Amino acid sequence: MPLLFAALALIALVGAAGVLLSRNPVYSALSLLLNFVAFAVMYVMLSAQFLGVVQIIVYAGAIVVLFLFVVMLIGGNLPALGRGRRAYVRAAGVILAALFLLALLFGLARPLPNGLAAVGAPDGGSVQALGLALYVDHIVPFELASILLLTAMLGGIVLARRYQAPPKD
Amino acid sequence: MSLPTLDFSLILPELVVLITALLVLIADLLWPRAASRGREQAPAVLALAGLILAGLLTLLAGEWSGATLQGMLVADALARYLNLVVLLAAALGLLLSWSYLPHFSTQRSEYYALYLLAVAGMLFLGKSIELITLFVSLEILSIALYVLTGFHRGQLAGGEAALKYFLLGAFSSGFLLYGAALFYAATGATRLADIAAQNAGGFYMLAGLALFLVGLGFKLAVAPFHMWAPDAYQGAPTPVTAFMSVGTKAAALVALFRVVQAAGSVPVGVWATALAFLSLLTMTLGNLAALRQSSLKRMLAYSSIAHAGYLLVGVVAGTAAGFDAVLFYLFAYAFMNIGAFAIASLLERPGFYAVQDAGIHAADGLFGRRPWLAVAMAMFMLSLAGIPPLAGFFGKLYLFAAAVESGWAWLAVAGVLNSVISAYYYLRVVVGMFMAEPSASAHLRLPLPASATLAVALTALGTLLFGLLATPWFQGISR
Repeated sequence: MPLLFAALALIALVGAAGVLLSRNPVYSALSLLLNFVAFAVMYVMLSAQFLGVVQIIVYAGAIVVLFLFVVMLIGGNLPALGRGRRAYVRAAGVILAALFLLALLFGLARPLPNGLAAVGAPDGGSVQALGLALYVDHIVPFELASILLLTAMLGGIVLARRYQAPPKD
Repeated sequence: MSLPTLDFSLILPELVVLITALLVLIADLLWPRAASRGREQAPAVLALAGLILAGLLTLLAGEWSGATLQGMLVADALARYLNLVVLLAAALGLLLSWSYLPHFSTQRSEYYALYLLAVAGMLFLGKSIELITLFVSLEILSIALYVLTGFHRGQLAGGEAALKYFLLGAFSSGFLLYGAALFYAATGATRLADIAAQNAGGFYMLAGLALFLVGLGFKLAVAPFHMWAPDAYQGAPTPVTAFMSVGTKAAALVALFRVVQAAGSVPVGVWATALAFLSLLTMTLGNLAALRQSSLKRMLAYSSIAHAGYLLVGVVAGTAAGFDAVLFYLFAYAFMNIGAFAIASLLERPGFYAVQDAGIHAADGLFGRRPWLAVAMAMFMLSLAGIPPLAGFFGKLYLFAAAVESGWAWLAVAGVLNSVISAYYYLRVVVGMFMAEPSASAHLRLPLPASATLAVALTALGTLLFGLLATPWFQGISR
């Protein structure tokens, strides 16, 4: 198991590095795909099957494809990308990343807050457990979320339609 | 495993509003072909019928004794009064929309469906006693209102208002969600009752509550989180402004009340002091800014911010009497504020509604042209300023009395001083109406739309009756 984990972590890191280092945005997107898939396998190893499946379908499937669409639309070969960027922008990026790393390490070093003790329970991330939580325990907010989606859809339609002024009478 | 048994009778009014919203969407198709005349108003008729039915169900059916739907939604007395305030505000705003909407949009079904969805979101928010439900309800009402704010798409100000409201609103939802996550981290529970039972203290609860205050403060337009409100209130169609300035405040206040009660482990002094300073800042800032406005609608928007400050006083008091006072004030506020916006919407129309902003002098000389409108407007202004014997006076009286009783005398004094400041800009409108020469408001000779006239009459009647019969009403709420 540790060996498998190490291999996956290495693959994920290679993917992440590829995103940053590729000159060609298409390669960056494909490296991101590698990273996502490695993480999906890790989620399954941690017995969070549902999260693993969602990772593949939503992130690896939909989002990377969306990235690729955008890259193709604006042209795959963009030599200007990443060049001509000022030094302080890079410095700010490095500093922010370092701060984020520190925050993560700090969070991992401390014991989990009381409320999160149950999160790592065995089988807590299985499809069955999730289904029960979603359709039995939390059925009310789940149904409300469908109303929320209806509202958002209706709003989108209203705003996207061409405006038609009413006839003056 | 057993499937959950859900007692839907607890959320009957909300279901009625939701089903009406769905029917309104297809109202054009449902209306009989032969009656082509009434067809244009079919969505409005349906929506109003749904709101009235929901109001009747709130009054007549159900126990409202605190039974819960899986610990997620509760039907208690608080939710019942909130239902009544929101449905009242919604019905009055709908009467205003009736004649207003056809002048700027042809998308009637969509307008009324979104309007009803916003109402449903508010009703659910008032019943939420669980963090996820609370958040989803808040988003339903927010998203519907973002779109309604920008509904007049022939006008740049509407788009700008909607965009500002949307961006800041989405930002504030993030705060609220983060607060909810910290509550969960501290207690491992999302139901407010479980969170209260855990009695967990410490940094996570404190930080979570602070983030909740910020998130709900945005929705309430509490200073310093009020920056979106003047633009959104000014740019939105006036009936929408009238409705959301009352409905959103009412629902968010109930949610705030429930959350601070659940975070019992955080010392009362901490959150009450924070809220007291927010309240002080809000009313002072709102009133001082309202003094300097040149647009009637924008002045009312700042006045609405100031009133959010007054309402917070009742939450700061932290007692049952304090929140009863908030509920009473919300009823009074629904009448007087929607009434004021109703008159503002009538003053906006040169010829017919061109939906242009009414300047601060738009009401000048109104008494000579439309004496009854001027008298009604004077009542709303005096009531908003808190002058007896109108509803606004008793609302403030109960709020400040509750604050003094629980030891917040300085806040009550600040509230009274603020009312004095506010009297200046409210009375300026009244003086203009009765003393000044009429502005170029020849359009006021046109016949008034019947629905808007009805709305003005109802709000004026409510402002007067809630003042004259304040004591029995307040006792009815406290019971």
